[in-house]
Amino acid sequence: MTDPFSTISSYNDASRYASARGSRTPPGSVPGARQKQSIILIVLTYLIFFALLIAPLLQMIAGAFEHGLHSFISALTRPAAIHAMAMTGAVVVIVTAINTIFGILTALVLVRGEWLGTKLRHVLNSLIDLPFAVSPIIGGFMIVLLLGPNTIMGAMFAWAGIDIVYAFPGMVLATLFVTFPLMVREVVPVLQEIGTQQEEAASMLGSYDWTTFWRVTWPSIRWGVLYGVVLTIARSLGEFGAVLVVSGNIMNKTQTATTLVYQDVENFNIAAASSVALVLALISVVLLLVMEWAKKHKEHKAHQAHNGQKGVH
Amino acid sequence: MNVVLRHKGALWGFRTTLLLYVFLLIVLPIGGIYVQSFAGGWAHFTESLAEPLAWQSVALTFRLALIATAINVALGTMSAWVLHRYRFFGRAWLNSLVDLPFALPTAVGGLMILLLLGPGSITGGLAEMLGIRIVFAEPAIVAAMVFVTFPFVIRAVQPLLEEADRAEEEASYTLGASRVRTFMQVLLPQMRPGIISGAMLAFSRAMAEFGAVVLVAGNIPGKTLIASVYIFGEIESDNPQGAAVVSVMLLSMSFVVLWFVSVLQARRSQL
Repeated sequence: MTDPFSTISSYNDASRYASARGSRTPPGSVPGARQKQSIILIVLTYLIFFALLIAPLLQMIAGAFEHGLHSFISALTRPAAIHAMAMTGAVVVIVTAINTIFGILTALVLVRGEWLGTKLRHVLNSLIDLPFAVSPIIGGFMIVLLLGPNTIMGAMFAWAGIDIVYAFPGMVLATLFVTFPLMVREVVPVLQEIGTQQEEAASMLGSYDWTTFWRVTWPSIRWGVLYGVVLTIARSLGEFGAVLVVSGNIMNKTQTATTLVYQDVENFNIAAASSVALVLALISVVLLLVMEWAKKHKEHKAHQAHNGQKGVH
Repeated sequence: MNVVLRHKGALWGFRTTLLLYVFLLIVLPIGGIYVQSFAGGWAHFTESLAEPLAWQSVALTFRLALIATAINVALGTMSAWVLHRYRFFGRAWLNSLVDLPFALPTAVGGLMILLLLGPGSITGGLAEMLGIRIVFAEPAIVAAMVFVTFPFVIRAVQPLLEEADRAEEEASYTLGASRVRTFMQVLLPQMRPGIISGAMLAFSRAMAEFGAVVLVAGNIPGKTLIASVYIFGEIESDNPQGAAVVSVMLLSMSFVVLWFVSVLQARRSQL
């Protein structure tokens, strides 16, 4: 599997398993010299995490409230900020909806689509990961190249009265490109794990259709889908490079929350930038917590399916 | 009969839509950029590449991404090891916190680094006193890259540690090997595939990073201008040819890395 994140999700099962069995090395059993060493290692790890992750977060909170609560609120309620956040919200909603539908369908075709043939499925499988390898800046640039005002397609759309680049549709397209692998990569392993037995049993009684999907497939993949949705939201909320290139970052028009942060920093308005960034960071932390929660359910499901299979054999 | 036909038509429509979606969203744009870079012919391509600022930015990005990856390999391997082996207060929290850089918008990450290491902060002030420039210089770029790619190595090493057989390590101790020797000859080989694939993913991400770096780099041409910011500048100054050439270089490097990782993973799953 050519998936950079597969290692990440597979880790979860093992970790659950290990923690369920309890600690492997009870602290009391460690001899003196080794205990000292282990304490040093733990303290070092704390230091790394503090310096790399916690300190920057705290510093930004301090930055947002540098001039008091009042300036924090006024930075968030200025018209540009409200417009930018609404823009981000609209992009997130549309991208998440489209990406969820096409992500699930692509995953179904990848795992179950015999009609495609093995070779084509391999090609499709490696195509899906390509956006991971593309710098977001390049992702945005590609859309400008294809649909910009100087191109044939761009001119055609402009003639039809639709602006794509430097407008909302382009931003959605750029974000769709960047988030495409996230949903597919969450659903594919689940589909592979549950196997086709249940679906076949259901299909025997009719054909594979909506009923089979909703009654049989959906209950098994829904936690994977939820996880994919959260990842998509996080990524589309935070997308910066691709959107910056495509949107042109026009204030009160195509500016999103992240590009507003960028512009504030460029204008040396650090406190305002921190305020908007803090809101984004808080949403990310909430999303992270939802991910942890979904992960637990997903593993629970995977474990059940796994045990069920064992029971059959 | 009619129902069957309609069903088949719907199925065909659905399949075509899906393949078309993947083609239009992914294949066409990536193909387009390669075409654009050669639009002016081979001579034009090499000319754009020979532009000193262009290759300097690519070289700088490559060097700094390498440093950031090395740092992440060291920090990540150690963190993964500690999180796996020891049970201590706050372990579960730290483990969840690992993913923070994935969840956080990169521009927010860049702002955090700027605030933490900037001239106004304690760290920045201290470094200034010592005569070291952090922000708008190379150290800040490396810091931003390390921050953004921090989860990769940890998340790649952890599953291997969970799978690893503890008995091998204990046998090594029983046979009288020292701790250092056990680590080098037993534990490190166990973790190696994860370290390598995690490092490559981190490297390819660090090469591509834009949001976190653009805010802290200062973007001085030839000095702190990294490739993705160079591309952005070329787009802004309406030079798509120059932007496309550097994009193609970056893209090709990432594709090679990604392909290599997939080969590594395929080989591992065969074992």
